[in-house]
Amino acid sequence: MASELSVMFRRRRTWAMLAALAAIPVLIAVAVRVTGAGQSGHGPAFLDRITQNGLFVVLTALVLCTPLFLPLTVGVVAGDTVAGEAGLGTLRYLLVAPAGRARLLLVKYVGAAVFCLAATASVLLAGTVAGLALFPAGPVPLLSGELVDGWTAEGRILLVGAFVCVSLLGLAAVGLFISTLTDVPVGAMAATIALAIAAQLLDALPQLDWLHPWLFSHWWLGFADLLRQPVEWTSFGNNAALQLGYVLVFGALAYGRFATKDVLS
Amino acid sequence: MSGPPQGSGPPQGSGPPQGSGPDGGAAVIETRGLTKRFGRQTAVDGLDLSVPAGAVFGFLGPNGSGKTTTIRMLLGLANATSGTASVLGQDMPGRLDAVLPRVGALVEGPAFYPFLSGTANLRRLDAADPHSPRATRRQRVADALERVGLQYAGSKKVKAYSLGMKQRLGLANALLRPRELLVLDEPTNGLDPQGTREVRNLVRSLAAGGATVFVSSHLLAEVEQICTHAAVMRTGRLVAQGTLAGLRAAGQPLVVVRTPDAGAARRVLDSLGLVPGPPTHGADMADGATVTAKLPAAARDGAPRPEAIVAALVADGVRVRGFSMESGSLEDRFVELTGEGFDVAR
Repeated sequence: MASELSVMFRRRRTWAMLAALAAIPVLIAVAVRVTGAGQSGHGPAFLDRITQNGLFVVLTALVLCTPLFLPLTVGVVAGDTVAGEAGLGTLRYLLVAPAGRARLLLVKYVGAAVFCLAATASVLLAGTVAGLALFPAGPVPLLSGELVDGWTAEGRILLVGAFVCVSLLGLAAVGLFISTLTDVPVGAMAATIALAIAAQLLDALPQLDWLHPWLFSHWWLGFADLLRQPVEWTSFGNNAALQLGYVLVFGALAYGRFATKDVLS
Repeated sequence: MSGPPQGSGPPQGSGPPQGSGPDGGAAVIETRGLTKRFGRQTAVDGLDLSVPAGAVFGFLGPNGSGKTTTIRMLLGLANATSGTASVLGQDMPGRLDAVLPRVGALVEGPAFYPFLSGTANLRRLDAADPHSPRATRRQRVADALERVGLQYAGSKKVKAYSLGMKQRLGLANALLRPRELLVLDEPTNGLDPQGTREVRNLVRSLAAGGATVFVSSHLLAEVEQICTHAAVMRTGRLVAQGTLAGLRAAGQPLVVVRTPDAGAARRVLDSLGLVPGPPTHGADMADGATVTAKLPAAARDGAPRPEAIVAALVADGVRVRGFSMESGSLEDRFVELTGEGFDVAR
């Protein structure tokens, strides 16, 4: 496990993706700072509040990153898990070591999950730093109207981060499964990312509303409930249950595929 | 050479080493009817392989004859379509977790993470086995690197390695722990002559240490120099296996005549019941040509003795400038077994 993480974090690509994610809140903060307050009601959610309180930079960034940039990076990492090793040829050496197929899959999934955490943390951290550096801090108004102090607000932001991170776990499991289907990592990455986008498109079609609660992306932007007083946990719970379901189903599919697969790469 | 290809037929050669006979000790690798099909294509067809303990076993065959597929099945990377395999006395792939830690392998060329150093790559692959002792990892990696001559390149990233260096690193990976069996697929690929010699010495020292070494190769010279036993694959089938001496003896003896009178020599040899091939001319045309002739297996018992052949040649006025009997060069034997297209190294 330590070895898996060290391989991932010694890779320049991993750091490039984390840096790109961190750049998004910084860009938002700088842009808002330079141009002054945006018009209320325009642009992504929370954008118009940034000038009042720097912590809104984080929320704006998460709203922007969750549908596209985070799934993009998670798709790259999750799609690469098994197919990447196969593409390099190292998969056969890991298996004759012997790493054990179930254990290898588990370690690969945990690695991808750690990346989900790192990716979310990277947006969170950069957003907090940039927000507090460029804009006033102080009491933060919640969506339900109450004002809370900065530390409580930061706690809520961490909760939102946890929500986003959990949201990505299902996608990571889907990516892991796709990754066991091919020896071409780029193909697995592209397929995973395409699925993430397709799920969101389907979620936007009202004709398919019966399907919506089963899409892994359905709750992705449902973190607003965590910004009320008292915290509304329903969406967090629903999301976590849905993601767990995806992890179990696609984890089992990945194992079913990988356990008996001929490794010919 | 144009030996008749013998595609089908029972494996030839001296009696194959017995699996678990009272004399030979247990076989380290034993397969029964091992078969692998990919769709309609049969890559390995009913393989009965038996590798005795302590052997340096050459696994020969042209490219694409099923060697690597066999190795993949032996190591549990691919599942056999039918048949069984046992490695180190245990069923594969059923007892994979117990077998593989005792096996060092180089499969189809080395493969590493290009963005990690040689040392980091070896540590990573060593850590992949949960039972490999962590406390000695650093030392074992350093020792393995030194054993293949990479001690000064360990900190370089693998993307800066040459093919030969990667091959050495692959060998080092196989040597991270003491192994009872080494499966080396084309170990000298990409190595310079010096590296090839080093690999030969390495294989010899491993065998001297009691390990069984299973070397696949399409290079005959390599096998001939280091192996005690060999098996020959052709289009997925085993066409021969046994000791090297046994394989050699089973070949057809060759008569080699050096003479300016090639045509006359061929006529004489033909009349004696030999099968002469076309004459080959050396670099020095004045020195004449070399005529080789096979002794057909059917005529072997009543074959003329060498001195009788020379006498017959001289009696017919052939100017014999050189004469020799080469009983079964391995190369001829393998061309005989595998037919055209065999990549014979000289």
